[in-house]
Amino acid sequence: MAELIVYGIVLGSIIALGAIGITLVYGIVRMANFAHGEFMTWAAYLALFIVTVVLPWLGVPDSTFGPLSFGWRMLIAFPVTMVAVAFIAIFFDRLLYKKLRFKKSSAVILAMSSLGVSFILRMIILIVWGADYRFFRPGVMRPALELPLGIKIRPDQIFILTVALVLVVLLYLFLQKTKMGKAMRATADNTELALISGIDTEGIVMWTWGIGGGLAAAAGILYGIDVQIHPGMGWNFVIPLFAAAILGGIGNMYGAFVGGLVIGVAEQVSTAFLLPTYKLAVAFMIMILILFIRPQGIFGGSEK
Amino acid sequence: MEWGGVTAYLVSLVIMASIYGVFCLGLNIQWGYTGLFNIGIAGFFCVGAYTSAMITRPMPSGILANYVHQLFGLNMPFVFGLLGAAVVCGVVAFIIGIPTLRLDEDYLAIATLGIAETFRLIFNNERWLANGPQGLMGLPQPLSSWVSGRQYDYVYLVIVLIVMVLVYLLIEKGIRSPWGRVLRAIREDEISASASGKDVFRFKMQSLVFGSMVMGIGGALYAHYTKAISPDVFTPLYGTFIIWVMLMAGGSGNNKGALLGAYVIWGIWIGSDFMMDMLPDVIRDKGPYLRFLLVGILLEIILIYRPQGILGEEKKVSIMAD
Amino acid sequence: MTILKAENITAGYTELDILQDVHLKVEPNQIVSIIGPNGAGKSTLLKSIFGILKPREGHIFLKSEEITGLKPNKVARKGISYVPQVSNVFPSLTIQENMEMGAFIRTDDFSKRIDEVYDLFPTLREKRRQKAGQLSGGQRQMVAMGRALMLDPLLLLLDEPSAGLAPLLVSTIFEKIVEINQTGVAMAIVEQNAKEALKMADYGYVLAMGRNVLDDTGEALLDNEEVGRLYLGG
Repeated sequence: MAELIVYGIVLGSIIALGAIGITLVYGIVRMANFAHGEFMTWAAYLALFIVTVVLPWLGVPDSTFGPLSFGWRMLIAFPVTMVAVAFIAIFFDRLLYKKLRFKKSSAVILAMSSLGVSFILRMIILIVWGADYRFFRPGVMRPALELPLGIKIRPDQIFILTVALVLVVLLYLFLQKTKMGKAMRATADNTELALISGIDTEGIVMWTWGIGGGLAAAAGILYGIDVQIHPGMGWNFVIPLFAAAILGGIGNMYGAFVGGLVIGVAEQVSTAFLLPTYKLAVAFMIMILILFIRPQGIFGGSEK
Repeated sequence: MEWGGVTAYLVSLVIMASIYGVFCLGLNIQWGYTGLFNIGIAGFFCVGAYTSAMITRPMPSGILANYVHQLFGLNMPFVFGLLGAAVVCGVVAFIIGIPTLRLDEDYLAIATLGIAETFRLIFNNERWLANGPQGLMGLPQPLSSWVSGRQYDYVYLVIVLIVMVLVYLLIEKGIRSPWGRVLRAIREDEISASASGKDVFRFKMQSLVFGSMVMGIGGALYAHYTKAISPDVFTPLYGTFIIWVMLMAGGSGNNKGALLGAYVIWGIWIGSDFMMDMLPDVIRDKGPYLRFLLVGILLEIILIYRPQGILGEEKKVSIMAD
Repeated sequence: MTILKAENITAGYTELDILQDVHLKVEPNQIVSIIGPNGAGKSTLLKSIFGILKPREGHIFLKSEEITGLKPNKVARKGISYVPQVSNVFPSLTIQENMEMGAFIRTDDFSKRIDEVYDLFPTLREKRRQKAGQLSGGQRQMVAMGRALMLDPLLLLLDEPSAGLAPLLVSTIFEKIVEINQTGVAMAIVEQNAKEALKMADYGYVLAMGRNVLDDTGEALLDNEEVGRLYLGG
């Protein structure tokens, strides 16, 4: 059981990174982004492309850092991919959602549009890469470390936890200490007042997509490192991501982080009783339960 | 291609388009008229198809029982399959509606998505329910004892068209009634609708249930056409997304638009298949993906440039007339 | 020169126009009060000036520059600040952060300005690390006004500043308004509490059914019998 919880936290931190993006977008842009999972998928494949094609071509040598399953190539590909996916997120906003916002389309139309984007993104992956499962480093034995309390955890997973923590701390500092971060929180709080105060709300929207996309990218790459890369991976995360965001209080970034961890642990623990494929259903049940009992989430979120 | 072959192909085209037309009619009640954002259509598709399948098939016996598992098998005629599918979907919709209909529209969407995925998982993993991933085969077709072979499709076409037209007329009647006007009032402005004393929840529930019953009928029609169903048929792509594109293309809030959208989009879907045939192998292998990409792009174009669809909404009946 | 001149303003939210041919003028250092029954269009007038609403007809001049139809963030840059009636703070941000947001478009060091605003509202200085959403109604109104003052505006538009406040707080707020005015900020105030609004006003406008009914100095309007009967509640 301890192992399940530990792995649940690992999975949960991946979910948390994605959920933060979902909740940011919902709070500031006021739309449910069904394409968020696809940002994760695209990041994994993009990183795969960089690591297996671009960097070898550029002459960057293969390597691994000690017990980790990756080396310099991944370290280079990671931030590059985050930035690239951030731009992809901003691109789709400019191309589609911004136009719909200016037409004063309803939230449902925006969500529908994001649903369309999610299929478009997934089809492109399927066209370019096909339906096979892939790995960053196939066929590698990645032995688990033994920690006290008999907990087994792989070095890669410690890396995942570390990265997730670092990103969240960076995000916290950004939101609390920088002018742009405060402006983002202000816009999430009260968009009209932000406009009245002279804040460039469209610029804020751009930053939101960038950060949300970047975090989702990190989540996708981390998942690819830990498990595998396949075209449906992002779509399978959509329900857990929303469940986590709702659990924490939609619009509340720190709530999303906690929500992600809870969902991750719940999903893993459920495998003791249910088939692993039901993890998604477990996340869904938790979401329905929260919506029934306390719709504003554990920490309460921003009102629409 | 011989003439018979062409017409046979056209017939199958029209059958599928009409089945999807029924789905669009159901979605139109929920979205077009009431503003409910249901992205779990695949769930009702699935439940309707399986219900009808199990009502019309006998329980497997003898050696077969070792290989095929079903929850129940009633061996009843096609009509009961249709009705059963509608009833079960209606009940499922009711149960789903209780926690979700009071929520914001976005939440309803995620909830319906989750339910559809959960159903697919259950049908796929619980073999005792409906034979798991292998699904059910050999589903009976109505009146197949009268006509057989390649001619049968014409019979089924007539059956599907009759059902479609009946559903259309029923819905049209309902929409023009005071009940229908309230639905539209809710979609326009829920707050003032409830302020004028209407029990918004009850109307939304009725809309959800009736729409889902129609979708159940669609699922049943599909099952008996293809004669075999399995969980991987009812994916978000084939079972939900394409129906949304059809309704948005044809005109949400307009029953004629719902049907038109089904025919147009299905025509584009099949037509793009032909176009793929003309392309080199390398591209043709990616055929379904390219075609779905096309459909996705189409939806985005519709949402930005013509969200009202081809026919647009029907002229509204004045809310004041209530 | 005249700070604000609005003439022939016709505006509305839908095809129905709420304001018909309305005019308003604010001279330097003036407090101008706008009173009238509910639905008269008073708030709509402020929104039209600030650019939240684009007037269908008419012109608005800030000093000599035309600002008709400019978007709010541009109007804010020109020197007008607006305090909405409701939802006028950032609830999850601290008081200090609310002020910082008020100063968002400033590119200079505004710490002196924050000090000045805190001098006006000492309670806020005490509580500056508290979240604005946790404050009382009166304190929140002060935050709302403070936020608007961060830009050193020429003109401050206030939409029903005393709405929902207890009577004791109402007089506090009105005192503050006079204090702010004394620092050289012109003000246009929409108020339901007509008597108090006219008492502190240099000039007053009476609006009803979207049109100007009467305008005169604050004193004259207070003495006016009909105004007293119709709008001041006797």
